Amino acid sequence: MATVFRNKAIECISRTDLAKYQLKHFNQTIASALQTPFYQKRLKKLGIYSSADIKSLDDIKKIPFTVKDDLRDSYPKGLLAVDIKDVVRIHTSSGTTGIPTVIYHTQSDLDNWTELVTRSLVACGVTDEDVFQNMMTYGMFTGGLALHYGAERLGALVIPSSSGNTQRQLQLMKDFQTTVVHATPSFMFHVASKIKELGYSQEDFSLKKAFLGAEPYSENTRRKIEEFYKIDAYNSYGLSEMNGPGVAFECTHKKDMHIWEDAYIVEIINPETGERLPDGQQGELVLTTLKRCATPLLRYRTRDLTTIIADPCPCGRTHRRISRIMGRTDDMMIINGANVFPSQIEQVIMKIPEVGNNYQICLTRDGALDRLTVKVEIYSKLFAGDLSELEKLKAKIRDALKASIIINVAVELHEPGSLPAFELKAKRVVDLREKL
Amino acid sequence: MAKQLNVFVDNRIGRIKSITEVLFKAGINIRAMAVQDRGDFGLVKLIVNNPEKAVFALQENNFACKEKDVLAIVLKDRPGGLFELLKVFPEDNVNILDAYGFAAETIKGSVFFVEVKDVEQVSQFLESKGFKVLTDAEVLEI
Repeated sequence: MATVFRNKAIECISRTDLAKYQLKHFNQTIASALQTPFYQKRLKKLGIYSSADIKSLDDIKKIPFTVKDDLRDSYPKGLLAVDIKDVVRIHTSSGTTGIPTVIYHTQSDLDNWTELVTRSLVACGVTDEDVFQNMMTYGMFTGGLALHYGAERLGALVIPSSSGNTQRQLQLMKDFQTTVVHATPSFMFHVASKIKELGYSQEDFSLKKAFLGAEPYSENTRRKIEEFYKIDAYNSYGLSEMNGPGVAFECTHKKDMHIWEDAYIVEIINPETGERLPDGQQGELVLTTLKRCATPLLRYRTRDLTTIIADPCPCGRTHRRISRIMGRTDDMMIINGANVFPSQIEQVIMKIPEVGNNYQICLTRDGALDRLTVKVEIYSKLFAGDLSELEKLKAKIRDALKASIIINVAVELHEPGSLPAFELKAKRVVDLREKL
Repeated sequence: MAKQLNVFVDNRIGRIKSITEVLFKAGINIRAMAVQDRGDFGLVKLIVNNPEKAVFALQENNFACKEKDVLAIVLKDRPGGLFELLKVFPEDNVNILDAYGFAAETIKGSVFFVEVKDVEQVSQFLESKGFKVLTDAEVLEI
């Protein structure tokens, strides 16, 4: 089957031309970055006063890494490079310490982002004849909106069904003969387990493809989903700091993910030393935006571990690929597709006086869905002796966590001193989920 | 007013045994006991011969426990004994949080322990209706 391209000139650009293209856009990005209070200070210290001070792509090595804390410290406007009236959308994410981070988008930022998503969908064989059911959460979470606009631009029929509500998802899949879905792998398993129970059979559906994302999963999980639904399932990679989905995508060959190098400069570093690693070696992915006007980010440490694959892909695209994400260099947890840091939970529960010193975060799987249980010890001195007070305390913890991490949490109260205590660095997360 | 100890316990094997062990080692005599279960945790309610010493011993052993005033109401140990009390109990404005009782030979009757929010007020009301509400010292003498 011949490869279909969205933009063959860019997707198959020679590496030499790509380097020129990147340098041009890197210069523009530096110019944008100099418009932000954060980078202005940082770049001027390095003697970079204008984009003319960047002579080659190699000059990027002079620039220090940008980390999540920089985004937090710059909240809300320290990384804004344009007049706020030119911003048409923001995406914020809750921070590990309660301080959120924000990414601003101008109309051209959104257009470029959508184009990357459309290109990715085309690379996986989606066409304007497809019916695309988007089972990802809409809103601040970038996964829903990104694929929605990408599929619309392609001309597919888009069903913005959002996440959850299995009964309605199945009804829509049947009534509109959905051919492509976008979902988390755990939701795909969950839906699979409900088909019979809700009165449907596999023959009711015309599914051909699934885009699986927002949480790490294995080849084995992909195979299981493909076999169950008799479809092709594709992996993708993105993070809200880099727009969201559309950073890297598989093509129909399903061999690792093309990272769109016309939009990002890709580096892999040793997470301990910061030293740049050659292609083929596993390390932390570091990305620089090339096409973002409102929030340019230079050498952003993603905390995701991966490997660059430089071998040519049979599809003919020249953009290198990254392997499946192998893990994180921090303690971020992914719960039903949402990102949560243990420190966010700690921040919330330690503010509640009736909670004692120790707590534990337990992750389990209930069917196909993740379940988060927070176990806390009660504080002896504030124990009132009433059941009703204890129930109120539970509800208070549950509500406070829900407000902070936007996830439903089961709360358990425990006796003082009953949870494992740690002398140095506490290991408070117990992940009992089987790897997907 | 009678003193009851409310002890917080995890719902796991051996917790009540641990409480009784702590109290035994401290030389405490348990006079009455009840358990309120809430799934992952529960409250063990105890009437003991020396509440202060018991609280100290339990807290020393890491138990969260709280001393509460409860009503110890004397009932006649015969059919209808409890019914006579509940007939006059101002149920419309008093919420019984928990209750349990036992028959006691020494007083030729039964003692019914009732946890309510406003102990003093309910106690005075019951006494006005002719019920005997035992003091802390009287409970210890049973």
